[in-house]
Amino acid sequence: MISFKDLKKAFLVALWFIFLTFPIMVIKVNPFERTIAWRWHNMFYVAAGSFILYLIGRLFLINKAAQQERMKKQGIKSVPKTDWQQRLLTEPRLFIPTLGIMLVILLVFPHVLSTYQVNIMITALMYIVLGLGLNIVVGVAGLLDLGYVAFYAVGAYSYALLHLHFGLGFWTVLPLGGMLAASFGILLGFPVLRLRGDYLAIVTLGFGEIIRLILENWNDFSHGPSGISNIPRPGFFGMEMTLDQSIMYLYYLMIGMVIFTIFVVNRLQNSRIGRAWFALREDEIACQAMGIDKTKTKLTAFALGAFWAGMVGVIFAAKTTFVNPASFTFLESAIILCIVVLGGMGSIIGVIIAALVLMLLPEYLRAFSDYRMLVFGGTLVVMMVFRPQGIISTVRRTYTLEKKPTIT
Amino acid sequence: MEYFIELFFSGLTRGSIYALIALGYTMVYGIIGLINFAHGEIYMIGAFTAFIVATVLSILGFPALAIFVIAALAAAVWSSAYGYTVEKLAYKPLRNAPRLSPLISAIGMSIFLQNYVLLAQTSDFLPFPQLIPDFEFMDSIAGVIGSSDIVILITTAVVMVLLTWLIKYTRIGKAMRATAQDRKMAMLVGINVNHVISATFIIGSSLAAVGGLLIASHVGQINFFIGFIAGIKAFTAAVLGGIGSIPGAVLGSFILGLTEAFATGYVSSDYEDVFAFSLLVLILIFRPAGLLGKSSIEKV
Amino acid sequence: MNFSAKMFSLLSAVAIAAAFSTGAFAGDPIKIGVAGAHSGDLASYGLPTVKAAELVVKHINEKGGINGSQVELMIEDDVCKPEVATNTATKLVSGGAKAVIGHICSGATKAALPIYGEANIILMSPSATNPALTQSGDYPNFYRTIASDDAQARTEVDFAVNTLKAKKIAVIHDKGDYGKGLAEFAKKFIEEGAVAEVVLYEGITPGAVDYSAVVQKIKRTRADAVIFGGYHPEASKIVTQMRKKKMKTVFISDDGVKDDTFIKVAGKYAEGVYATGPADVSSNPITKLYREEHKKVYGSEPGAFFDNAVTAAIVLTNAIEKAGSTDSKAIAKVLHTQVAQTPFGEIMFDEKGDAIGVGFSMYQVKDGSYVQVK
Repeated sequence: MISFKDLKKAFLVALWFIFLTFPIMVIKVNPFERTIAWRWHNMFYVAAGSFILYLIGRLFLINKAAQQERMKKQGIKSVPKTDWQQRLLTEPRLFIPTLGIMLVILLVFPHVLSTYQVNIMITALMYIVLGLGLNIVVGVAGLLDLGYVAFYAVGAYSYALLHLHFGLGFWTVLPLGGMLAASFGILLGFPVLRLRGDYLAIVTLGFGEIIRLILENWNDFSHGPSGISNIPRPGFFGMEMTLDQSIMYLYYLMIGMVIFTIFVVNRLQNSRIGRAWFALREDEIACQAMGIDKTKTKLTAFALGAFWAGMVGVIFAAKTTFVNPASFTFLESAIILCIVVLGGMGSIIGVIIAALVLMLLPEYLRAFSDYRMLVFGGTLVVMMVFRPQGIISTVRRTYTLEKKPTIT
Repeated sequence: MEYFIELFFSGLTRGSIYALIALGYTMVYGIIGLINFAHGEIYMIGAFTAFIVATVLSILGFPALAIFVIAALAAAVWSSAYGYTVEKLAYKPLRNAPRLSPLISAIGMSIFLQNYVLLAQTSDFLPFPQLIPDFEFMDSIAGVIGSSDIVILITTAVVMVLLTWLIKYTRIGKAMRATAQDRKMAMLVGINVNHVISATFIIGSSLAAVGGLLIASHVGQINFFIGFIAGIKAFTAAVLGGIGSIPGAVLGSFILGLTEAFATGYVSSDYEDVFAFSLLVLILIFRPAGLLGKSSIEKV
Repeated sequence: MNFSAKMFSLLSAVAIAAAFSTGAFAGDPIKIGVAGAHSGDLASYGLPTVKAAELVVKHINEKGGINGSQVELMIEDDVCKPEVATNTATKLVSGGAKAVIGHICSGATKAALPIYGEANIILMSPSATNPALTQSGDYPNFYRTIASDDAQARTEVDFAVNTLKAKKIAVIHDKGDYGKGLAEFAKKFIEEGAVAEVVLYEGITPGAVDYSAVVQKIKRTRADAVIFGGYHPEASKIVTQMRKKKMKTVFISDDGVKDDTFIKVAGKYAEGVYATGPADVSSNPITKLYREEHKKVYGSEPGAFFDNAVTAAIVLTNAIEKAGSTDSKAIAKVLHTQVAQTPFGEIMFDEKGDAIGVGFSMYQVKDGSYVQVK
C-alpha cells in the first residue's frame, strides 16, 4: 500500500518540519539569565511525529481513492448507508432499548458517583445544549457564527443582573434569559444577515467581542471585570437544599433540558422551516428562487440558536454562582464550534458525542489538559481536511416516490 | 497643536504595523477568497523567531546591526515557511470545498499555532532586545516622535514601494494579478496557480514578520497572544480599505491607526477595541466592498 | 448511540475507579487541597504556590506529620476560570480535603467559595486580593495571607500625596479584575483626600499594539505622578514609552509590578519606579530557609506570591496541629486567637479573615533591584 516513493516523501516532510519547528521547538532562551537551552530531543519528536502522521494521512487518502475507484467500477454513485449508526437511529426495535439503557444510566449516575463527577457531567450536558443550539445556526442553516458566546453571556448576565436588582428567581429568568438572547440574535441578525458567509463570520466575531468588552468596561451596569457573585442556585419549591442535593437537582434539570432540546431541535429539522434552513445552507440563490423568505429564515435560525445559548447562560450563572466577563471569550465560541464541527454539522447524535468527548476527556486525562486547546485547534483543521461531515454525518429524511405504472 | 502632532505620529506608527499585517490578509483574500485567520499567528511567530535569534546572537556577542539584520532575515524566512506550510496543510486540500470549510480550518490553525508557541516556549511576557538604537540626532524631538517610530515609518514606506513594484512589474506579480482576476483563465494561459498561491503566502508572511520584528522592538516585549488582537485589527483595516485591494489595505490601516490614536487622545481609551470592532461591523454592513474595493455581483 | 453508550460505560468505569482510589484511604492522612492556575497563561501566578505547599508539607511529614498523621496534598488546576473553579472545588470536597490553600485569582475564588462554605472547609488564599472577599462578610470560611486591594491603594495614594507631594495624579488601569479594582480605590481615596486631584482616569487594553497615545495623554495632563493598577507587562510598556518621550513623571504601581521580571523587561527605564509590595521579609530566617530550599529542590528562584503561599501553608498546618482536629470551627478558633511563626513574622487573623500584620510597604527600583523606601 505504501510505496517507496511515499516513504521518501515522508522523509522529506520530516526534514521540512525539523527545519520549520527548529527555532521554536529546539531553542529556548532565557533572556534574564542569558542562557540558551538546546532541546534536541524535541527535534526527534517532531521528526518522528511528522513522518508517521504523513504516512497515516497518505494511507487515509489512498483508502479513500481506492473506495471511490471501486464504486466507480461498480457503477454506483453512492452506496446507501445502512451501517450500524443509521440502523440504530431509524429502527425502533434497536433504537428504543438503547435509549432506555442510556436513560437508566443517566438517571442512576449521580447516585453512584461523587459530586465532582456529577458536576463535570453537568458541564458536559451544558455544552451538549450549546452545541445543539449552535448546530441550528452553523450546521443546519450554514451561517458561521463566531460570536455565539455573546448570547451565552447575555443569558448569564440577565440572570445575574435581574436577580441582583429585582430579586427574580431562576425559573422566571430561565425563559426570560433565553428570550433576551433571542432578541439580541434578531437585533444582530437584521443588519448582518445580508452579508456573505465569511463576512458574516467576522461580524459575529466582532459582535461577541463587543459584548464582552462592554461587560468589562461598563462598571455601573455589569460590575465590570470583578463580576457578580452570590447568584443563587435554582430552587425547588422553596426547599432548602444542601450542596450535594442542589448539584444533583441541577443535574436532573440539565438532563431534562437536553431531552427537551433534542426533541425540539429534531422536530424543527424536519419541519418546514428546518427544510428551508437546509436549502439555505446548500444554495442561497436557488433557495430564494424557490420562494423562501431568506431574511425570515435566517433570522429564525439566529434567534433560535441564541435562545438555547441564553438558557444555558442562565444555568451557567446558577451553577457557578458567579459571573465575570472572563468566561465569555472568543475561545469559548471556538470550543462550541469545535463541538459542532467534530460531531458533524447538522447531526444531533454527532454533536452530543462530540460534546461528551471534548468535555469529559480533558477532565479525566488531567495530565494532558495543557494540550487541550492545541487539540481543539488541530481537530478543526483535521476534520475539515479529512472528514468535513464530522464523526457522524447527518442523514436527512428521504422520501421515495414509488413509481406507479403510467396509465395511458 | 503639538499634542495633535504627537497623536498623529502615534497613529501613523500604529497604522504602519497594521498595514504590514493587513497586506497579507488582503493579498490572500484577493487570490483565493479566504480570510486567512491564522495570519495574526504568522506575525506572532515572526516576532518570536526574531526574539529567539536576536537573543541567541546577543548572548554570543554579535554587534547590534548584525543582530538586527540576521534576526530580520530569520523572522522573514521562518514566517514564510510557516505561511507556506499552513497553506499546504490547511487550505490547499480545501480549495474546492464549501466556502466555510477553509475558514473553520483557518480558525483551527490559529488556535493551534497559538498553543504550539505557548507550549513549546512560554506563556510569560519576554523582553525583546532593543534592536533599534536611540539616534542622537532625534534627541531634541524625542518627546514628539521616537527613533523606533521613524524606523517603522521608513521601513513601511520602503516595503510598500517594493511591494508595488513587485506586483506591477515582475513576472510573479503579473501572475498574481492574473490569478486574482480569474483563476481558471490564469490556469489556461499557463500560470501555475499553486505556485502563485504559495508565493502570495510567502510574501504576505514575510511582511507580517517584518511587522512583528518592528513592533516587538518598538514595544520591547512579546508573548504568544500578541497575534490575535493585532490580526483582528489588521483585518479590520483591510476590510475598511476594501479587502483584496492593496492600496486599500494601506489606506485602511492608516485610517484605523489614526482614529484609534485620536479617539484615545481626545476621548478615552476605555472603549478602544469596542470602537474598532464597531467600525468593522458598520463597514461590513453599509459598505461591504470597503473604501477602495469594487463590489462584485454574484452571478449564477 | 451504541458507540456513545460504550464510551459512556467506559468513562463511568474510569470514574468509579477514580472515585474509589481517592476515597478508600480517607481518614488516615490529612488531606489539604491546593487550587489555582497551574496551566495556561496564568500558570506563572499559580505554580509557585504549589511548590511552596510541597516544601512546607515535606518539612512537616519529615518531622512525623501533624499529630502523628501525614499530610497529603491534593493539587487541582482551575486555570483561573470561575466555571472551572467550581468543578475543582467539588473535586476537592468530594476527595475529602480538610482545608484548601488557594485559589489564586479573586474571580475563581468567589465562584468556589460557596462550595467550600457548604462543606465547612477553610480556604486560605495567598493571592486573592479583592476586598469583598473578606469585607462583605459573605464568606466566613475565607482567610488570606495577603492584604486586600484597598489597603494597597491606600498605601499608594498616601505615598503619592503625602511623601511625594503630588498634586495632579493620573490613574491608569488595565481593565482587569485586579488592576481596575485597585485603580477605583486609588481614585476614590485621592478624591476623598481632597489634597490632590485625579487629572486622568483611564483604562488601557492589554495586548494592544502600542500605548503611545495614552502616554501622550498623560503627558498633556502634566501629572506629577501616575498610579497604575495592573501587571508588569503593561507597566513596563508604559514606563518605557514614557521615559523614551523624556517624561520624568513618577510612576507608582502595585504588587503585580513589584516583580523582578518587571526590572528585567524594562531594563534601564525601570529605574526610579515605585511599587507597593508585602513588607520586606528577606531577612526573616523562615523566609530564607524556604527560598534556599526552593532553589535547591527546583533549581530556580521562587515565583510570584511564594512567601505568601508558604505563610498560608504554615498557618494552616499549624492551626490544624494546635486545634488537634480538622474541624473547621476548631481551626478557625486557632487562626483567630493564636499566632504562628511565618515568613511574615508572627501572624494571626482578624475577625474578617485578613491577616494582621501583613501590610504593604513602598519599594523603589534602585540600581536594578527593588529597595524598600524608608
